[in-house]
Amino acid sequence: MLLSGWRARIAWPLLRLLLTVVIILGVFGVVLWALGKDPLKAYRDTFRLNILNPRGLSEVVVRMAPLLLTALGVAIPFRAGLINVGAEGQFMMGALLGTWAALNLPGLPAGLHLSLVILAGMLGGAAWAAIPGLLRALGWVNETITTLLLNYLAPLVVGYFVFGPWRAPELAMYPQTPELPPSARFPTLFGTRLHLGFFLGLFFLLGYAYLISRSRWGLELRAVGGNPEAARRLGLPVERWLVLAMVIGGALAGLAGIAEVAAIHGRLKMAISPGYGFMGFLVNWLAFANPFGILLMAFLIAFIASSGFTLQITQRLPYAAVNVLMALILFTVLAKPLGKGVKG
Amino acid sequence: MSWLLSWISGAILYAAPILFPTLGEVVEQRTGMVNLGLEGLMLLGASLSFAVSFVTRNAWLGVLAAGGAGLLANLIYAWLVVHRRAHQLAAGLALMFFGIGMSALIGKPYVGQMAAVLPKYPLFGTQSLFFRYDPLVYVAFVLAPLLWFVLFCTRFGLKLRAVGENPSVAYAAGVSPALVRYIGAALAGVLAAVGGAHLSVGITGTWSEGMTAGRGFIAIALVIFSRWNPLRAIVGALVFGGAVVFQLQLQAMGVGVSAFIMDMIPYVLTVLVLLLWGRGVRYVAPASLGRVYFGAE
Repeated sequence: MLLSGWRARIAWPLLRLLLTVVIILGVFGVVLWALGKDPLKAYRDTFRLNILNPRGLSEVVVRMAPLLLTALGVAIPFRAGLINVGAEGQFMMGALLGTWAALNLPGLPAGLHLSLVILAGMLGGAAWAAIPGLLRALGWVNETITTLLLNYLAPLVVGYFVFGPWRAPELAMYPQTPELPPSARFPTLFGTRLHLGFFLGLFFLLGYAYLISRSRWGLELRAVGGNPEAARRLGLPVERWLVLAMVIGGALAGLAGIAEVAAIHGRLKMAISPGYGFMGFLVNWLAFANPFGILLMAFLIAFIASSGFTLQITQRLPYAAVNVLMALILFTVLAKPLGKGVKG
Repeated sequence: MSWLLSWISGAILYAAPILFPTLGEVVEQRTGMVNLGLEGLMLLGASLSFAVSFVTRNAWLGVLAAGGAGLLANLIYAWLVVHRRAHQLAAGLALMFFGIGMSALIGKPYVGQMAAVLPKYPLFGTQSLFFRYDPLVYVAFVLAPLLWFVLFCTRFGLKLRAVGENPSVAYAAGVSPALVRYIGAALAGVLAAVGGAHLSVGITGTWSEGMTAGRGFIAIALVIFSRWNPLRAIVGALVFGGAVVFQLQLQAMGVGVSAFIMDMIPYVLTVLVLLLWGRGVRYVAPASLGRVYFGAE
């Protein structure tokens, strides 16, 4: 680098960020324009409805809850050198097992019931993540491909229960479970939909930030991720850390799943996730597993997820259009504009 | 007997749309690049070919458009990986997002429509009820031995594999790793998109969002099963096709098991195949697979 001082530390990265944003908005604008939409109006609407409008802004923050949790679910295995692309499936399984606890443990005191529901949700995600974790730790199958495949299996398991044994009889048109009892619902704040899941997300983010950099556990986890062979020579239980990292990650993604059911939808149904697991992967990738970055990027992606619904209503675009926007973000970040193509 | 015939006949039909992306990924990985974006490329091919076929009433133009779009889309991936030295898995997933989103945008007006499909030609005689396929099925099964020949019996194939094993040594021997990787990516892009197109304008004649249902990821599993050999890829594709048809037949017979359970069969089978054949592939896989090549400076 020829630049030094404040220019290298502040001006250059800032210019890069600005250029990145301009490229992304420009290319997506061309896509919108090609589809016969007015990009400027679309951008104005999304900004007005999701940032300037207090109600819209609170919904963006509500969407941060699942994203913080799924991003952590990707970040913890990432620090152990694992690529967990299965947060989507872990999310669904957490929703499934949490719903089971909510519907099948009646007569418990409210606080106890809610705690059990949360634990069951975490267990569901953890168990689903344990499969690829174990297969990887045993050295049998790479975790990337198994987590991806399990993403397609989890909705089928949920579908079996939602269309079958758990289906609410009174709602013939919409396959979904009966409503969760009040003792299993997440409390919300200030009359908005801001719920316990968001604060649990912040809590776990702080815990992650502290443990990963300040504790022996974090050091061992990062040692396993940095150089497994060296970690093994040092006598660290590498295999155990691999499984543990996956299981903890899966538990957090599962918590995100049950939070969406117990706080937002009130019932388990097929359409509980607009891709929160994949978005969590994106959040972690953009933040590079940095805790503060995760908070920032979770807000950004939550804004984009909300914008997807705005575009769906105001521009009649399919919701999947946000995937194009997210792809452009990742493309641009990976292309490192103005940067030399260095290892990243 | 006729049940068995229709099963075998169907297995061959459903093997084709998975064989295309598997063969493409075999070649791409032989050059040292893992591409997780196959699912996106397949969806892009499926929706674009359907839209073009619907508008022009010519399914072949649809397949052509799909191939072109797949090539261009995968060149984005290759540019990121080769020239910008991006992380391969992340670049592949970006491509997946891109394909999922673009295919939904392109295909939205055509959900629930029917388009022109490819003509069918019988394998044996004209009377047979079974073994009638569109030309892409024949292309897929001819392509596999052809690619095997190119990879293992030609000078170009040797260069291609050399880049996948050790790009620096290949470079020293006068091969351009960047060029070889672009060629591999271009071929993989075309094949994955054509595989998707075969699903929409070859088999079903319809388009629905996410219709490839994870075939792009199953193809990557089949590459591991195939041990990066196009001929073994045929076996993997037939096993997958057989599972899909078996499950469709069970559902058609009205077996009293939830459709959700039966839909799981191909995915469970894929995981099992990985478990049984995925071990120890480290020693077979191209040595530079997934690594960033920093050039010879």
